[in-house]
Amino acid sequence: MTITIASGKGGTGKTTLSSNLASYLASQGKNIVLADLDVEEPNSSLFLKLDKVETKIANKMVPHWEKENCTLCGKCVDVCAFNAIAKIFDEILVYPQLCHSCYACSELCPTDSLPMRPERIGEITHYKTKNFDFVEGRIDLGQEMSVPLIAQTIDYVNENFSDSLKLFDAPPGTSCPVIEATKESDFVILITESTPFGYNDLVLAVETMRVLNKKIGVVINRYGIGDNQVEEYCKKENIPIIAKIQNDKEIAKTYAKGELLYEKIPHFKNSLDDIVKFIGEIK
Amino acid sequence: MKILFTAHGTDWNAQMDERLGRAEYLVVYDEESDKLEAFANDTSSMEHGAGLQTAQKIAELGANVIITGNGAGGKVADLIKKTNIKTYIGAKNMTLKEAYEKYTNGELTLQ
Repeated sequence: MTITIASGKGGTGKTTLSSNLASYLASQGKNIVLADLDVEEPNSSLFLKLDKVETKIANKMVPHWEKENCTLCGKCVDVCAFNAIAKIFDEILVYPQLCHSCYACSELCPTDSLPMRPERIGEITHYKTKNFDFVEGRIDLGQEMSVPLIAQTIDYVNENFSDSLKLFDAPPGTSCPVIEATKESDFVILITESTPFGYNDLVLAVETMRVLNKKIGVVINRYGIGDNQVEEYCKKENIPIIAKIQNDKEIAKTYAKGELLYEKIPHFKNSLDDIVKFIGEIK
Repeated sequence: MKILFTAHGTDWNAQMDERLGRAEYLVVYDEESDKLEAFANDTSSMEHGAGLQTAQKIAELGANVIITGNGAGGKVADLIKKTNIKTYIGAKNMTLKEAYEKYTNGELTLQ
């Protein structure tokens, strides 16, 4: 089973929840793999004691212009749906940052002048912690497109940990990276806070997950601040509230030290128990 | 010289569009023939890469000079460097006529 922890708004506790939940479930003897799919800003590793197992280079395929046979017909420019190719006078320019590796230019070029070649976009690293596996995707500086790396990180997890309960720490937002991180999940936990921003972005995330036909549940973090819009919304929309994590300065202090929370903060552990119980009942 | 303005409209009294990649109109003034010609530049359907397409269009229009507001972003600036086109920036909140005057008086900055 795969469970993705996502949110509309950033900074609502995806990494806090996923790293603690992975560790807590593993401490109960469950076979767990945690994947950090927030490849533009992977930070789960900050909270875990890790031993590296292996690092793989992640590539994406991009076209390279070979000018010898090119007739400058401009077909490649016309067929590119992502404006990644430009023709300036007698030169074809490829912008790998915009390329979605769809192969259209390469396949449709009448003179085969745009062969596809791999280009490095980041790294996938497998680590071990004391009692579970951790896989991290990390995009290279200057790369603009995280979706191919997220997809490859998920493939790596699926190939190597088919028997584990898979927990995915998703990037924030509701755009392509989030869709890639959630689209094959069995369940999506949306973590939010009951503030106007948290509520607004939760609604967007719920709408996105509904388009993807995902089963969802909500965890309210920093419970006690803000208003009760999130709770009312969930009630109205029939979305289960899996847990409410109390707002507590001790959580911030412990987090700031890079420590796991459930070992130190009893009410946080109780919230994790609520989540574990809920996960156990997911069909 | 062919001077290209990024504009919100199609004549000398139109307001400058400070954006290059997503300029509403590309207006070309041919100094030799004293003709002004406007081309719509619809990039609304492009999520990404609008600047590159606009730069390509500018090269095809044969402009020698671009007069605009904010100037080109990274990718487009690199592309324009490959051409001999010069980009002058700082022409915003004014009409094309005013921008052209500033250009001829040397009051605009070369990007």
